[in-house]
Order: sequence, then C-alpha cells, then structure tokens
Amino acid sequence: MGAVHDFVAEGPHTREGIDALIERHVWPLVEGREVTFVYRGYVDRVFLRHFVYGLPSTVPFRRIGETDLWFVTLEIPPGSRVEYKLEVVEGGGGRWVRDPLNPRMAHDPFGANSVAVGEGYATPEWIEPDPEARAGSTEELRFRDTPFGDERHVTVYLPARFRRSRRYPLLVVHDGGDYVKYAALQTVLDNLIHRLEVVPMVVALSHPGDRLVEYPDDPRHVAFVADTVVPALEQRYPLFGNPANRCLMGASFGAVASLATAWRRPGMFGKLLLQSGSFAFTDIGEHRRGPAFDPVVEFVNAFRAAPGRPAERVFMSCGMYESLIYENRSMAPFLRGRGVDVRLVESRDGHNWENWRDRLREGLSWLFPGHLWMVYE
Amino acid sequence: MKPIALLGPQRLHPTVGEAARRLGLKGPCALITAGWQEREDETEELEAALGLPAVNLRLYARWERLRAEDPALGVAHRARQDRLRRLQSLYRGRLGGLMDAARRLLAMAGEPALLEPERRSAVTAVRALDAHHLQRITETHLAFEEAMHPGARAAVAGQRAALARALAGCDSVVLAGGHIAVLLGRLRLFGLEALLGDKPIIAWSAGAMALCERVVLFHDSPPWGAGDAELLDFGLGLAPGLVVLPHAKKRLRLADRERVLLMARRFRPAACVPLDPGDAIERVDGAWRLEGARLLASDGDVRRSGSTAGPDPIAPAMPAASEGV
Repeated sequence: MGAVHDFVAEGPHTREGIDALIERHVWPLVEGREVTFVYRGYVDRVFLRHFVYGLPSTVPFRRIGETDLWFVTLEIPPGSRVEYKLEVVEGGGGRWVRDPLNPRMAHDPFGANSVAVGEGYATPEWIEPDPEARAGSTEELRFRDTPFGDERHVTVYLPARFRRSRRYPLLVVHDGGDYVKYAALQTVLDNLIHRLEVVPMVVALSHPGDRLVEYPDDPRHVAFVADTVVPALEQRYPLFGNPANRCLMGASFGAVASLATAWRRPGMFGKLLLQSGSFAFTDIGEHRRGPAFDPVVEFVNAFRAAPGRPAERVFMSCGMYESLIYENRSMAPFLRGRGVDVRLVESRDGHNWENWRDRLREGLSWLFPGHLWMVYE
Repeated sequence: MKPIALLGPQRLHPTVGEAARRLGLKGPCALITAGWQEREDETEELEAALGLPAVNLRLYARWERLRAEDPALGVAHRARQDRLRRLQSLYRGRLGGLMDAARRLLAMAGEPALLEPERRSAVTAVRALDAHHLQRITETHLAFEEAMHPGARAAVAGQRAALARALAGCDSVVLAGGHIAVLLGRLRLFGLEALLGDKPIIAWSAGAMALCERVVLFHDSPPWGAGDAELLDFGLGLAPGLVVLPHAKKRLRLADRERVLLMARRFRPAACVPLDPGDAIERVDGAWRLEGARLLASDGDVRRSGSTAGPDPIAPAMPAASEGV
C-alpha cells in the first residue's frame, strides 16, 4: 500500500499528522503504477475530473474521517501524462479548480490544467531554450485578398543562418500561433535544427478564423493554403517548391485541415504531420460527436471512399487516452494500403498541446531528417 | 613527421590560437573550411581566434567551379556518390542486426566462460562487416579513379597547381569541421594529402575525423534508430591509430558501459578519443601528447590520460586483448 493508505490505517489523523504527510511528499504522489491525489478542505465532496478516455471522467475522492483530507488513488501506467482538474463541491455548488498542491500545469487556449505524470515520464529537454542553439527569426506576412473575404496573416519562421542562396523545405502549420504558445514550436525548431536532427526549414504558422468551420474540408481554406499562401511563400523565399519538400501539419481539426488540403490538391504536398487527427467517420448510421463533427465526418467518409494518395509520407501521433485513438489506428493502415509511407506513434497522453509538443521531435525528424550523422562542426 | 593538433569543437570556446602557439606557428596559415559548404568564406571568427594571417583554400567553391568546367567529371562524381550512398544503406541494414546481437551479449549476465567467446565472436562479426564495407568503398573509389583519372584532367590539374602555389606560401594548415563527406570528398579530389607536405596541421571535428585512417560516423541517441556507429570511408590517414569522436558528450552515452566497450573493441587497435570543447591531442616529434583527453577503454570505462610517451603511446595504453575483442 502507499503512503496515504498507510496514513489512513495508522494515523495520527490530526492536523499535525496531516501537515506532516503533506510536507513529506510531492503531490500527486507517484508510487509505482499508482498515483494518489489529495485535497485539503472542509467541503462536501471532491471529484477528480480528468481527460482520460476509457476511465470514468469523474472519480470521487474519499475523505479521511472528519478531517479536511480527501484522497483518491488511480492506476496510471508508467510514462503517462494526465491533465486534470478537481471539482470541489460545497454549499450545493461545485467549482472546477486546479490542484492546489500540484504546481505542474499545462496551458491551452482554454486556460490551464493540472498535470500528473506516471513513473518514467520526463519532459523532453529539447523543448527548453538551449543557449548554444542559434535562434531563428520570424516575420509577418499579410494576405489582404483571401478566399475568406477578410485579411489573414501568416507568421513565417526562418531558420538561424537563413541564406537566400540556399533552398529550404516548407512546413505549413495549422494553428501555428498556438503551436508556438502552447507547444514551444519555435524553441523546438531552433533546437532540433541546431542539433542537426531536422534540416533547416521555412515554417508558415497560420492563424485561423473559425477553425471549426474552416478546417473540415472548407474549399476556402484549401484554396487559401494551396493557392494563396504556398505560392506566395515560394515566390518570396528560396524554397524547393516540390512536393517532397512541402508539408502540412496540424493537430485535431488542424490535422483534418491538413489531410483535406492535401487530398484536394493531389500531388502538391508530399508530407503530412498529423497529430490526434479528428478523423471521425461512420460506416453506417449517425456519429455521436456533436454538430461540429458533421463536416468532419462528411469529409472523412468521402476521403475513405476515394482516398487516392494524399501524400508520400505521413507521420501520425495520437494519445492512447484520447477517444480519437481508434480513428487514428484505423487511418494509419488505411493510408498504408494506398501506398503511403506511414508512421504512427502512440503515447500515454491525451488530446492536448503538451502531447503534441512531445511528439514534435519524432515527427519532424522523420519527415525532414537533418544531417546529424554527417555534420560535425 | 609533421606536427598535428586535433582539437575539440571550436565554435563556443576556440582553442585554435592556443594550439597554434603551442606548435610555434608563425607564418600564413592555409584554411580549409570546405565542410562549412556555402559558408566556406565566413572565416572572420576563425581568423580572429587563430591570430595568424590566413589564406582560405576555398575547396568547396573550387569544386563547384570545376564541376561546371568539367561536366563529365561532375556526372561521374555524382554517380560515385550515389553508389556510395547505396553501399552505405546496404551496410547499415546488415550492421543493425550484428550490433544488436553484440550489445545484447555484452549486456548479458552469466558465466564468463560461456559468454566471453560469444561476445568475441559477435564483435568479430561486426569488425568483419566493417572491413568488407571498407573494401567495397575502396573498389568504388578505384573504379572512379580508373575511369576518370581526375588528376590527369586539365580542370583538376589546374586547381591542384593553384592549390600547390597557395600552400607554398603557407607554413601550416587549419582544417575546420562541418560536413564530413563533403570535406573528405574535396580533400581527396584535390589531392590535398600529397600537397600538405610536412606542414603542421590543426584540425577539429570533421576536420580531425578526415585525418584519421577510418572515418566513423556516430550518435548514440538519434531521434530514430539504434544509433549504431558506421564506417563512412577511409580518411587521409595522417592521424593513424585514432578514431576521433567530436562532441562526444552530446553524441555518445559515455556512461553506458556496453556502448563504450563495444566502440572500443570494434575499432581497436585504434584508440577511440572523445574530443569535446577544450580537448586536444597533439603529435609533436612523432609522439602523441595527450592533454586532458580521454580514451574509450575496452572494459567500458572512459579514462583520462595525461601522459607523454614514445612514438605511439595510445595503443599500448589500451587494455589488453585478453579483455575481449
């Protein structure tokens, strides 16, 4: 049994005893495959609200006697990363809060969650700024005349030591601003290029309007990326300008947008980096994912009926704790069956930015391997 | 025997100036920065660190010009490089299985009398494949030489003559790192080995690798793959008895005894020498002087050596053959 269970059995269940228990450990407490969460407060009930598909999403805490200490223990396999909040109920009302005893947080466009990690998980060191890595630079490009009828802008990342006399691959990143903010993409690019693990590349970081509308096979989005952004970038920067050196990337609906754009422009994009793709489909009947998924399912069904060969090489990643793992596990062999070179990496994580961040090294280095073995500076 | 200094990487903590002073260099120095490819001319920082007048031999640019002047040579050169790449891929495919087997055996616990012969045999198999690969590479180079006679071609001969003149005005040579295949290819095509004569050489990173007898590519923790060190080619052979390992702390798991041990046994009798920033090995008067450099030992240790000794102190300093292949 773990430390909290020992405490339950042995006490002392006094304020001082609880203080000492809390002081002794880092919370949540990882003991082998078991992780124990605790909360302190004279409240009515406490629930763990996590984002792990496959487990009950609401797990009640147990109170120790009449004390202010609540706890719950979950089995969390080694290498896991789990985002969660606590639901604290008192006076007839509940509120969702981050775990006050856990300083580890993950941010996303909706705020921040607490993070519990299983034994063996380590935050990759290549996401932290490396003082030895030369930094790339960014510049903003504005597109006034777009298929959307409004102005859009794209942030362009240029690798360190960018030279006009060289040619570069182009990576177009859906939700590029979020990738930079929540997945440290610019730092990751600087580091991986510095380490020679990926080739220096030009990266277009897109900033969508209403992504739920524009990403699932919206012809305006396809036209914007394929007919506006890419030609403009290839005119402005020294890019290879061939399919093998054009890549679309995105997560969730952004992965759908990447696949849809490549599918609608066969032969234009040779590579795709698809993270936690929302590749929901139906073989018969209705889907149960809500109205936002209607155009997604319509697109994925159409794609599966006539896939063609959307790209030569596709890197996919997905968390095992996402409901989308099944669709992604289905998509990988489906693409392989069309002659696409596919690599699917699964992680013990959920549908979140840090999961996508943690897979960037594998994805980018597989699609655009650097000269790691040949260059010794 | 010409003095040679092999240094650790120079970008952040340059020691090339100190090495030049230790070797007593005074006159103009020939720079070879072809490994930097299109950045070959960006030598301001290097020249400042060196503190000597310098002449850039511009081997990278010379080959680019030469390829335009002699398209047939360019085509043949590309064909050879394609063949070398295919050979490397075939070699890599075979190497993976042998290295995996060797690593497993080395990590296995059990009766030494039972395991040691298997370990020796596994390492011998890797060494045999390495030797076979080098033989195939040699054949490929020879076929290119016999078909194209690069030294007899007007464009190449003109460049070699120009290089000989440039080198005649220099007292020493500095060979920087970068892309090892690019650097080695230029050195070989322009016949630098013969042109260098007895001039002292300071080299680091890929430059140091190119001077060894065998060029070993290595990275223990690449994003993909097992990280099996590979033989790329023969080097110029001006630093015999060494396999140099630049950026060893970043590229190698030096605390992983099986990996260290396998590297040391695989390439013996050559000494595997990590070259991190600040490291230096110098050969003066025919003897290697080790200053703070470390060696991978065939028992899995990384040992620091501080000795100065006879003509070749490194090989005798290595653990004895009884420890395994």
